[in-house]
Amino acid sequence: MALLEVRDLQVEFDTPDGVVRAVRGVSFDVAKGTTLAIVGESGSGKSVATQTITGLTRGARISGSAVFDGAELIGADAATLRRVRGAEIGMIFQDPLSSLHPYYTVGWQIVEMIKAHDRSTSKGAARKRAAHLLSLVGIPRAEFRIDDYPHQFSGGMRQRVMIAMAMALDPALLIADEPTTALDVTVQAQVLGVMRTLQQEFGTAIILITHDLGVVAEMSDEVVVMYAGKVMERAPRRTLFYRHHHPYTEGLLASLPARGEPGERLTPIAGSPPSLLRLPKGCPFAPRCRYAFDKCLVEAPPLATVYQDDDHESACWLSAEESVREGQRVVSDEQEATA
Amino acid sequence: MLRFLIRRTALGAVVLWLISMLVFALFFVAPSDVARTLAGRQATPETVALIQHRLGLDLPIWRQYLGFVGRALRGDLGYDYYHQVPVTTIIATAAPVTLSLVVGAAIMWLSLGVFNGVMSAIRPRSSLDRGLTVFALFFYSMPSFLLGLLLLYFLYFQLTLAGITIFPPGGFAPLSDGVVPWAQHLILPWLTLALVSAAIYTRLTRGSMLDVLGEDYIRTARSKGIPERRVIVRHGLRSALTPVVTQFGIDVGALLGGAVVTETVFSLPGIGKASIDALTQQNQPVIIATVLLASTAVVIANIIVDVMYAVLDPRVRLH
Ligand SMILES: Nc1ncnc2c1ncn2[C@@H]1O[C@H](COP(=O)(O)OP(=O)(O)O)[C@@H](O)[C@H]1O
Ligand code: SF4
Ligand SMILES: [Mg+2]
Repeated sequence: MALLEVRDLQVEFDTPDGVVRAVRGVSFDVAKGTTLAIVGESGSGKSVATQTITGLTRGARISGSAVFDGAELIGADAATLRRVRGAEIGMIFQDPLSSLHPYYTVGWQIVEMIKAHDRSTSKGAARKRAAHLLSLVGIPRAEFRIDDYPHQFSGGMRQRVMIAMAMALDPALLIADEPTTALDVTVQAQVLGVMRTLQQEFGTAIILITHDLGVVAEMSDEVVVMYAGKVMERAPRRTLFYRHHHPYTEGLLASLPARGEPGERLTPIAGSPPSLLRLPKGCPFAPRCRYAFDKCLVEAPPLATVYQDDDHESACWLSAEESVREGQRVVSDEQEATA
Repeated sequence: MLRFLIRRTALGAVVLWLISMLVFALFFVAPSDVARTLAGRQATPETVALIQHRLGLDLPIWRQYLGFVGRALRGDLGYDYYHQVPVTTIIATAAPVTLSLVVGAAIMWLSLGVFNGVMSAIRPRSSLDRGLTVFALFFYSMPSFLLGLLLLYFLYFQLTLAGITIFPPGGFAPLSDGVVPWAQHLILPWLTLALVSAAIYTRLTRGSMLDVLGEDYIRTARSKGIPERRVIVRHGLRSALTPVVTQFGIDVGALLGGAVVTETVFSLPGIGKASIDALTQQNQPVIIATVLLASTAVVIANIIVDVMYAVLDPRVRLH
């Protein structure tokens, strides 16, 4: 059994403009000690989906299931969620400056985490552990910096502090929501390196949320591609990069910066995601899809196995036969060239 | 920190000096008939001139001013024109009244406002939030003299008619007479002053708290698995209090110079009452003293507020 099994997760917000359907039936597994990457453009529901698992989504209508280590978390009572949060599931967020409390020292914030779950730890011991964690994530002179405030650290160092705090109680799962998006490229690599080292040392499973396929290539075992609140494609990393099925994945890959030219996007997907208030009837990607045909506009494709590979699913009406799908790719390229 | 305090104290002294000159100038520009009033209806011009001379009012304005500053620096604020009482004595008698009124009311409105504001912000748009909002708007839109009179009508007049005498109609009993009479005299004035401010502080705390609860670090606090109450108080309120403390310092500073309306409604012989009396009587020494006292309170309150800012928020550096 997987460490985390999410099934048919749905999250809706009532807003003055109408119902925002942020997550529409998402399912995935995370196995012990592995990394699942969730990719997708901003607004596709990645943050809402993962925060709902730990009960951090407020004011929403939620259904579905998320079984963590044998226990259902959706609809769990406050005490259960509190025990799981921090101790079993650590979380880090996109912007480490706004995610750390500006009024408390980093040491205080880590000690609070430790003491929240282990009252028997003395303050001195918790502090020692905090200093050790800070040095573990590569903060120089950790025993002095422990009494500094978040604003006294650089962006990369702050994210290391967040990682140290999230890993303080050796959680089985770390949810990292765009942990490097706010950092510049060289620092990104260092922070990812820290996460990987800790994962190897502690055997932590990671859900890594990103919209950067470069990060996916570097870190993940398994990938889920999300679009408009739904899973578009799910596959092991190599499969996703070399034998992807979904046109949206194809678009994301085509927009990857070329090797050696960081930051330069080749061909971003034209158009923008649909409004979650007024979702199209058929495939949500249809308005931007170069392969779209009649059926796409009337009926939404289910997530189904493709290429006769049980580990590979795609929500697209295009052929599940690999040779046919490759043929469609060529035809479409030719049509584009003549157009 | 020390340099900040020295600089701000010096700046405050300059402000007070400017204000003292301004008050003097205003008094000169609008000359009064104090001497004539004191001399009585049938006084000869000679008598009036004599009185004017005795009060030093025949001297040029700058000599009067220098004399005032020289004496003030030695702790002598001159004498009341009418009763020949030292102004320092008048202030010393009135100050405890205003201090009792303001401190008591401030504790009430701060605790009530912050508590209600937090309760509102935890569940925005709930019936509790709506109820507290109505409560706040009701008192917010009510002039304090009206609130004071209503309290007097119902809690003094009607209760007394019904044979229940808890509250006196007004006046002041010093703490040295005992806590109970002191509080009995002050409860209605406290309520008058506190309910209006509590309304403002409820709205202020609610808004500030709502902003803070939307911050990323609150989500982080929840993701750590600490109890919700601790998230609200230690993480949320701690940040939300900064603007509240600022407003509090400014309000208390302003009121220490005299809560004119409340003091008048409840005949409390405080600084506010003394200022109004002095103004209507053109009692220059008392006017100057009360204006300077009020300004000093505001200046000190502002320094304290700035220091509190740095104490509350480690990102703020004083310089
Ligand atoms: N509290 C909320 N109320 C209403 N809509 C929300 C709320 N939180 C998120 N959303 C909406 O849900 C959608 C998905 O958001 P999110 O999960 O943050 O996307 P991602 O992390 O993939 O960028 C967005 O359109 C966002 O506007
Ligand atoms: S279902 Fe149709 S529109 Fe949607 S991705 Fe596949 S081909 Fe494109
Ligand atoms: Mg997000």
